[in-house]
Amino acid sequence: MSNKNINSTIKMRGKNVDVFYGDKQALFGVDLDIEKNQVTSLIGPSGCGKSTFLRCLNRMNDTIDICKVKGEITLDGQNIYDKDIDVVELRARVGMVFQKPNPFPKSIYENVAYGPKIHGMANSKEELDKIVLKSLKRAGLFDEVKDRLDDAGTSLSGGQQQRLCIARAIATRPEILLMDEPCSALDPIATAIIEELIDELREKFTIVIVTHSMQQAARVSQKTAFFHLGKLIEEGATEEIFTNPINKKTQDYIMGRIG
Amino acid sequence: MIDKDNFEISEHTSDAARIRLRKRYKSERIFKLLGQGAIFFSIGFLVLLLSTITYKGLPAFSYHFVSLPYDMSELKNSDEAMLKKANYDSLVRTAIRSQFPQVTARKDKKLLSSLLSSGSPVVLRNQVLKNPKNINEPINYEIPISDFADLYLKGQITSDSFENKTDIGEINKVKDNISITFENDIFVNIVTLVTKRIQSEALAKHETIAGAQRSLEKTILDIKHINNQLLSGNDVDIERLNKEKLHLENKILSLNVQIADLRVEASDLVIRSTLVGSNGDKITSEDPSILIYFDQSIIKANFVSSNKITGELLMPFAGDIPQKMDKWQLRYIDTAEANRKFSDQEIIWTEHLVEKGFVAKKFNWIFATKGASREPEMAGIWGAVVGSFLTISITLALAFPLGVAAAVYLEEFAPKNRITTIIEVNINNLAAVPSIVFGLLGLAVFLNFFGFDRSIPLVGGMVLALMTLPVIIIASRVSLRAVPPSIREAALGIGASKMQTVFHHVLPLALPGIMTGAIIGMARALGETAPLLMIGMVAFVVDIPGGVGDPATVLPVQIFMWADFPEPAFEQRTSAAILVLLVFLILMNAFAVFLRKRFERRW
Amino acid sequence: MSDTGSGHIVSSYEEELVDLASSISLMGGMVEDAISQSIDALLSHDKKKAKIIVKNDRLVGDMQLKIDENAVSMIARRQPMASDLRLIISSIHVANDLERIGDMAKNISRRIKHIKGGEELSPTFYNGVRHMTDLTLLQIKTSLDAFASRDTKAAIAVCERDDEVDALYVSIFRELLTYMMEDPRNITQCTNLLFCAKNLERAGDHATNIAEAAYYLETGKNLQSVLEEMNEQDLEE
Repeated sequence: MSNKNINSTIKMRGKNVDVFYGDKQALFGVDLDIEKNQVTSLIGPSGCGKSTFLRCLNRMNDTIDICKVKGEITLDGQNIYDKDIDVVELRARVGMVFQKPNPFPKSIYENVAYGPKIHGMANSKEELDKIVLKSLKRAGLFDEVKDRLDDAGTSLSGGQQQRLCIARAIATRPEILLMDEPCSALDPIATAIIEELIDELREKFTIVIVTHSMQQAARVSQKTAFFHLGKLIEEGATEEIFTNPINKKTQDYIMGRIG
Repeated sequence: MIDKDNFEISEHTSDAARIRLRKRYKSERIFKLLGQGAIFFSIGFLVLLLSTITYKGLPAFSYHFVSLPYDMSELKNSDEAMLKKANYDSLVRTAIRSQFPQVTARKDKKLLSSLLSSGSPVVLRNQVLKNPKNINEPINYEIPISDFADLYLKGQITSDSFENKTDIGEINKVKDNISITFENDIFVNIVTLVTKRIQSEALAKHETIAGAQRSLEKTILDIKHINNQLLSGNDVDIERLNKEKLHLENKILSLNVQIADLRVEASDLVIRSTLVGSNGDKITSEDPSILIYFDQSIIKANFVSSNKITGELLMPFAGDIPQKMDKWQLRYIDTAEANRKFSDQEIIWTEHLVEKGFVAKKFNWIFATKGASREPEMAGIWGAVVGSFLTISITLALAFPLGVAAAVYLEEFAPKNRITTIIEVNINNLAAVPSIVFGLLGLAVFLNFFGFDRSIPLVGGMVLALMTLPVIIIASRVSLRAVPPSIREAALGIGASKMQTVFHHVLPLALPGIMTGAIIGMARALGETAPLLMIGMVAFVVDIPGGVGDPATVLPVQIFMWADFPEPAFEQRTSAAILVLLVFLILMNAFAVFLRKRFERRW
Repeated sequence: MSDTGSGHIVSSYEEELVDLASSISLMGGMVEDAISQSIDALLSHDKKKAKIIVKNDRLVGDMQLKIDENAVSMIARRQPMASDLRLIISSIHVANDLERIGDMAKNISRRIKHIKGGEELSPTFYNGVRHMTDLTLLQIKTSLDAFASRDTKAAIAVCERDDEVDALYVSIFRELLTYMMEDPRNITQCTNLLFCAKNLERAGDHATNIAEAAYYLETGKNLQSVLEEMNEQDLEE
């Protein structure tokens, strides 16, 4: 665990990241820092590579055979693509919430308990119960489901399901939470609840969120990175990007102008 | 889209559009009707099939048992060892003969004994030995009646009808026969029957004559041909031709004689046919049997004229032969004795036993609990049921885990390269291979190479497992593929390893589909005959198999074997066995569906 | 008009922005006219003209209201970002400043009736007033042009020229003071004239605000802070 820079505010860093799907290149030399305890949002038009970059951060791209990742991505200073990095351990440290809520077809309790169980985080049922309770409370879901923890996870509404997925992701006490368009399938109220949740979670976690909604990125993040056609065009403080972007491409995108 | 010139008409409400719409509805209706028609058609056939089998097979589930009073005096106070050695054969014989003391002739005695099943001594012995301590109690031991008697009692041998008569007749004894004369011509119906029969005999004779004449003409032609050859002056074998000519001339002579004889016979028959009413004529075994019931006697008619009937006593009078007959019954047994395997005498005896109350129709426990037998009444289905069960168990135990594991590996873990593609193609092809090929494989590998015993459920199960494996693998792969990738992503994202993802999440969701594949495979395996025949499960297995290493047979093979046997009683049992197979199938499927529902509900 | 290249993907949005810009231009024209007319009326004692100018100020007020409403509506509906957001916010400010300039014209016109005809003041005085008016009008026009075409140079020039306007005001003030000291009977007239000159000067200040808005629109920065920085650097050098 050398090169671990404890005092740095940078949690994850991508250096010159190239991603290929077979012969097609999806990301071109991306350099991006993710700050600790901040929400970083990745914005850009469809197919610009923001989801691809996000999935590199917890090596979900490994599941796609033809995907190749070049360059360096470090977590606390250590390259996550090193040979001696256990991808299972990585994914316990870097959690993910997906676009469409995908709770396991199990009970609510089981959904949240699964991660801690397989990572051996609890030695007894009481400890497991505590972890589940805490995660559900943190995700703001506990009050709504405390009487029916044995009901199926799929019996909840869309917004509740997404919060369940968030609870599930944070149950393994990850350091970073990756969110891939988490609200795109939800109504505005549920979206607002989750945005509030993101704000609260920021205290303990580092969050990276991919979003199609610039308004959401503007509301929720402190740092914004704009991707276009596989390149990182501009990154900076959210306020700056949305009031006074430097790059014309960025400006055109956020103002809704054609090319 | 709005028509710019006329804002009222839209593309979808114009007349042309309405016509198009109507056409669409019409073709949909036709399609629906075709579909419904197909369904009704199929259901119709299914109902036809099931009702035919049920109708034929249901009678096999009941059987008539006889409980005669046995003379157990010899066995009184015997211990078990002695009981085992006792002569049950004679016990049974004595018992039945004592019911018909009038039967004395050896041939008749033999016929009487055949009224009971040939396996009845064994059945009696088994029952006695079940409770050897009760040997001193008077217990009614039931033994099975013979297969034909049972068929008769079920009405499958013949139909009959009774007529009550009050004409007064005079009884005379003529040698061995009894003759009854009436004032009026009351036997016109019977006379007509006999007349018709004689006439048809005459007709047959005429046909024979015609045939002989045709033969004659041909022979004459042949001789003419030979003569021509002789006269032609060609290079021919004169000696041979002359020999042939002689032979043919002899043939002509014999044919002429034959024709003359036949002519005489035919005219005899014709004459006879006119004289039946007045002179009377024989009632043969080609005619329906005519029986006369009076007092306690039964007379089987063998000679009839319009007002007189003569016959032999099948059952004697209560006492002396009376002189007059007033209230009596005439019985027609419609199927002629020559056309059935159960004679009138046997019918009478059987009915006598029924009257005395010795015969009871019970559930056919022999069929339900015994193994194969040459005798239809002793043949049971249980051996095949147990054999099928054991074989299917082996098949399931082998094919299901292997199949599912192979599918999981191929779908989730194997790298997608050429080798796996080849394997996939081959598995798909194996599912279409005719089952008998697997039988040949089993024969060559399991029996000849590995030296397993023939005809055991273990080998049968292995062969069927080979056959079922591709089906299960394909169904499992399809259900695994149907699990949405979002579940896999969620599990992987949480830090589950590939193995954990598959076994904790993907497999449980795919289980309903996998079970469906297993059900289909098992149902197919249950009904397979050809591969099992190849590995020798045609064996005649009498004992119920105890384990997977004991020789056994399976239901389809048993049905196949029984269908070959000539006895009519086996026809019933074959249908009954098919019913049992269907019930087995339904139960198996119901259980599997129940399991699948249970797993589905939990998720 | 909007800057380089193609416009917004949603054309109605583009049209609304264009509308907004035209409203500003229109209002600017009305207000320029009002200032010019009011000084003319002042110098020629035209009470009738003055009345008309006062009455037309209502229209200027209505325009500002309309611009405000449109701006708020666009913020609610379009969620404008970056330069669009700055454009809309600035338009509100500019409309506000233009309305204030209109008020200045109205005030000048109102005072005309208090200025009795009579002793003419010296021609230099009138020339001075005319000169100041021309300069103020130039400031207004230039700042509006700078706003419309997002010309940062012109905006800076307007801000720097404000000193000139102030200087002109000071000289007119001194002159009026001398007249008042000469003859106390001039005091009423002169004080009213003084207020008019003050209104002109304040109109000039509002023009500077418009120029600052133009600079902010283009660069997103505050012109005053930028100028201060530049001055400090100059001082250091």
